Amino acid sequence: MNTQSDALRESPLESQAIAVISPGRRIYWSVQRELWENRSLYLAPLAVAALFIAGYLISIMRLVSKIHAGLVLNPWQQQQALEQPYHFAALFIMGTTFIVSVFYCLDALYGERRDRSILFWKSLPISDLTTVLAKASIPLVVLPLITFAITVVSQWITLLLSSLILLAGGQSVAALWSDLPLFRMSVLLLYHLLAFHSLWLAPLYAWLLLISAWARRAPFLWAVLPPIAIAVVEKIAFNTSHIASLLANRFSGGGQSDGFTPGHMSMVPLTQLGVGTFLVSPGLWGGLLVAAAFLALAIRLRRSREPI
Amino acid sequence: MACIEAHGLRKAFGAKIALDGIDLRVEEGRILGIIGPNGAGKTTALNAILGLAPYQGQLKVLGRDPWTERDQLMCDVSFIADVAVLPRWLKVSQALDYVAGVHPRFDRAKAETFLARTTISPTSKVRELSKGMVAQLHLALVMAIDAKLLVLDEPTLGLDILYRKQFYDSLLNDYFDRSRTILLTTHQVEEIEHVLTDVMFIHRGRIVFNSSMEDLESRYLEVTVHPGQLAAARALKPMNEREVLGRSILLFDHVDRQQLAALGEVRTVGLADLFVAVIGNQAGQKQQGAAR
Repeated sequence: MNTQSDALRESPLESQAIAVISPGRRIYWSVQRELWENRSLYLAPLAVAALFIAGYLISIMRLVSKIHAGLVLNPWQQQQALEQPYHFAALFIMGTTFIVSVFYCLDALYGERRDRSILFWKSLPISDLTTVLAKASIPLVVLPLITFAITVVSQWITLLLSSLILLAGGQSVAALWSDLPLFRMSVLLLYHLLAFHSLWLAPLYAWLLLISAWARRAPFLWAVLPPIAIAVVEKIAFNTSHIASLLANRFSGGGQSDGFTPGHMSMVPLTQLGVGTFLVSPGLWGGLLVAAAFLALAIRLRRSREPI
Repeated sequence: MACIEAHGLRKAFGAKIALDGIDLRVEEGRILGIIGPNGAGKTTALNAILGLAPYQGQLKVLGRDPWTERDQLMCDVSFIADVAVLPRWLKVSQALDYVAGVHPRFDRAKAETFLARTTISPTSKVRELSKGMVAQLHLALVMAIDAKLLVLDEPTLGLDILYRKQFYDSLLNDYFDRSRTILLTTHQVEEIEHVLTDVMFIHRGRIVFNSSMEDLESRYLEVTVHPGQLAAARALKPMNEREVLGRSILLFDHVDRQQLAALGEVRTVGLADLFVAVIGNQAGQKQQGAAR
């Protein structure tokens, strides 16, 4: 809404003295346009969060009725029953946005050529560099932040609603509030999202964007089959599996166990996250260099590729 | 400064030569129609001018190299590359927001005024609009941009005649002024004839004809020859001859009007007929060359 009124206020003045559009504003509108086009970027994790909340509330009600029925859980079991779902919530929402990211990247530079709308986008003063960087920022920046926000908000909603249910059932919520390390879980989640999903997986998203800019059809197959084929050929020809282990290493988090496996998050003390080790690991910087190279190629391809 | 200046513009797709060394100069304030058969190289030439495809040779548009400076160039150049290239998910209001957000010369109020004259609602998505309405929306966006050069590549293809007429009317009445330049291609030659100030025929990657409309009207005359005068008329070396309802119509280049009036009914030639004559001769020459 405010953008509309801004534009109206600006237009009479700006059309006289030609406005300079700042790079930040160009990036902002380029990202905005991606969110308009791909509403699943936020609708999918929202739907998963809603499902999670509904499911968890049902399980709390069942827990209350179990307690009423005299089934006594020991404190550890009760703690597990209460806490685990919060980890699962984070896990499912993250998994959803990861899948959404992959399909977003595969379509980002392919779809606009297929429906010829690239001819419209290119008729505006936005460079290919800005466009590709804005598209890359979706899986690297926007989605991790969306995931974080949705997860944290749904965890708090869950906590409040389940407290109400427990109170209504005549149970104490003191244990729930004192034992559930929600704040720490949030910090760890943010670290995991930025370190693993954004920085560590950056070459994956850049590769998908590159294929999306290059492929004339079936970008998914082009993105997936060649790496597999190369690994197979390597295995047959040299009986080694360097490529395969390189790829497996990338997906598994490169042996950075701390903070990379959400199920164990709350167990790891903040000081042992290994942030320092991670930030100086060659795997991280090598990956980022590869990602930069892929993105540079994608920018070049975006400039020269014609509609399909 | 010329608006567009090209020297030896070449482009080949593998062995197929799409542009075969074109020299071109378009001055500011002209409306140039580029006419040619399918595959003649029109779109290739426009793509080079718009920085959508690489090329060989020299090309400057508003003093810039389109291939390396497309984004800056697009502050001063607008184009409609095709009907219906607006993304189908885009809402009308989003289109206005976005262009207002990224284009320094976009006047949102102007675009809204244009849209208010149509039946397009700001809340509808492009996918819900008819092809003609999409063209109207795109034209409204483009006309609200204070550009120096507007390029239209088949902007009305597949639209019905009402929309086509309206399209060119608004272009002339609401958009064009002597400081702007418009470049356009279309197959509906008759519809743009009265719009143009200059015309260019392009065939097999070469410019085979280039003239202002004023020159064209004074130079080329078509005569429906009286049957008895046919031999005398042919002696004046017509560039083309065709028969309509049993009467011969001959097309002359640079022949005195008085002289022709004695042979039959004289009138200025239509663009379509001139095109057929010029391109037909080209094709004929090619065949003769092959026969020899």
